[in-house]
Amino acid sequence: MNEKDMAVSVNNLDFFYGENQVLFGNSLNIHRNRVTAFIGPSGCGKSTHIRCYNRMFGLYKGQRASGEIIIDGKNVLDPSTPELALRRKVGMIFQKPTPFPMSVFDNIAYGLKLHGVKKRTDLEGRVEKALKGAALWDEVKDLLHKGGTALSGGQQQRLCIARAIAVEPEVILMDEPCSALDPIATARVEELIEDLKNRFTIVIVTHNMQQAARVSDYTAYMYLGRMVEFGATADIFTNPAQKETEDYITGRFG
Amino acid sequence: MLDRELKRRIVNRLVLVISCLTAVFGIFMLGWILADVIVRGVAAINWGFFTELPTPPGMEGGGLGNCIAGTLLMTVTAALIAIPLGLMAGIYLAEFGRDCFFAVTVRLLADIMVSAPSIVVGVFVYLIMVKTTGHFSGYAGAVSLAILMLPVVIRTTEEMLSLVSREMREAALALGSSYPGMMFSVILKAARSGLVTGVMLAVARVAGETAPLLFTALNSPYWMNGMNEPMANLTVTLFNYAMSPYDDWHALAWGAALMITVSVLVVTVVTRMVLGTARKRI
Repeated sequence: MNEKDMAVSVNNLDFFYGENQVLFGNSLNIHRNRVTAFIGPSGCGKSTHIRCYNRMFGLYKGQRASGEIIIDGKNVLDPSTPELALRRKVGMIFQKPTPFPMSVFDNIAYGLKLHGVKKRTDLEGRVEKALKGAALWDEVKDLLHKGGTALSGGQQQRLCIARAIAVEPEVILMDEPCSALDPIATARVEELIEDLKNRFTIVIVTHNMQQAARVSDYTAYMYLGRMVEFGATADIFTNPAQKETEDYITGRFG
Repeated sequence: MLDRELKRRIVNRLVLVISCLTAVFGIFMLGWILADVIVRGVAAINWGFFTELPTPPGMEGGGLGNCIAGTLLMTVTAALIAIPLGLMAGIYLAEFGRDCFFAVTVRLLADIMVSAPSIVVGVFVYLIMVKTTGHFSGYAGAVSLAILMLPVVIRTTEEMLSLVSREMREAALALGSSYPGMMFSVILKAARSGLVTGVMLAVARVAGETAPLLFTALNSPYWMNGMNEPMANLTVTLFNYAMSPYDDWHALAWGAALMITVSVLVVTVVTRMVLGTARKRI
């Protein structure tokens, strides 16, 4: 594998909540411009794992990670890697849609302003581009100055995706992005993911195995903080190497 | 089977009737008080009530213009002191202090202060401001009101901020925002309506206070001449006049009662209306 094809390389990642270790030596390579899904039973450490990629855990006392996560040639766990630059490169989408209490336009302009886009005309262009990229433009182009919270749940989640892609990150982390959405909104977000991987690397945590099978190119199966199996989605779902993975996928366990 | 259903229906009906009765009782008492204040108060209200000074008993005319001005000025001054301090302390407790010993202590003290008798605050300010300067003053009155407002503002601010979801914070940080940047541009906005309610609650709480002013601003029959002197106010005047044996003073006292009630009502209603439209816009 060519190193240039890797968007994220994780080597020996351990994670601790205080004294309690919850990730054990996770290692994997995330391919650029592909969708990588993390599956596994609740509490297995999927979310904790991807929250290391943008150092979100640093917000909470007593949470720490060790090992190496290389994005763009830098170890993100190294405290000298600046947070602002890191988070420009690694966007994140959450379980619940999180529109900010401001207009649709300002929601997207928020991130852009943080990263130095100041001119009104630039902002307008970037906001429109982001909304088009998130397949939301046609629905909200007349509502740009209405509150973001007035949109439907599915639209709110796509607004958050638009907000994340507006700053042109390299990697987008999605932590169960569809678990609060109905099947139709879920289908739209899945279509969007398919579309976005042309421009971004996507890492998605999901409880829904069908979803992982539908949207991802690579799948990682985690259990009790360990990376049990990682490989092409087609292989994981049709011909898993590990008995554990097979048991989980076939529903015999978990 | 049937028996149980019948029993359930009876219990349901019983609870419904009792809760309706208690609600009606509460509303009736409130309505009674309001109606009495309005009927008797309106009789005392005329142009002179707002523009003239109090007159000695028996004299025609006279109003409480100086008291209205004094109460307004002291309440506004108190709000100007307590709101910034309270908001900052609330933000500290919710965002930065969280579980450190200092924050826990501050939170406990604020909780105690919320229910502290207002007369105690009045005596305290009397000792530190009136005794030391040798005279009652509007400043002392404003400070005692501010002390009463402060814990209400602190605790509601903290509570409203902690209602904003963790995801909202993380979403702003994940875009690259700094913690203070996220606080000021996202979280305070998200909590805005709650914060305004807290502040208004605090203003409404002190607007009707008498005891702390009795020891600090005292009262005055004259127009104010700056805040560094005893200051006329509605509540102490209401107290004095209601206790007096003169009918015309009683009438003015009802007028003062109406003023206080209406102003608290207006503050509350206006806040709710502003919040309502703001919520629709966002």
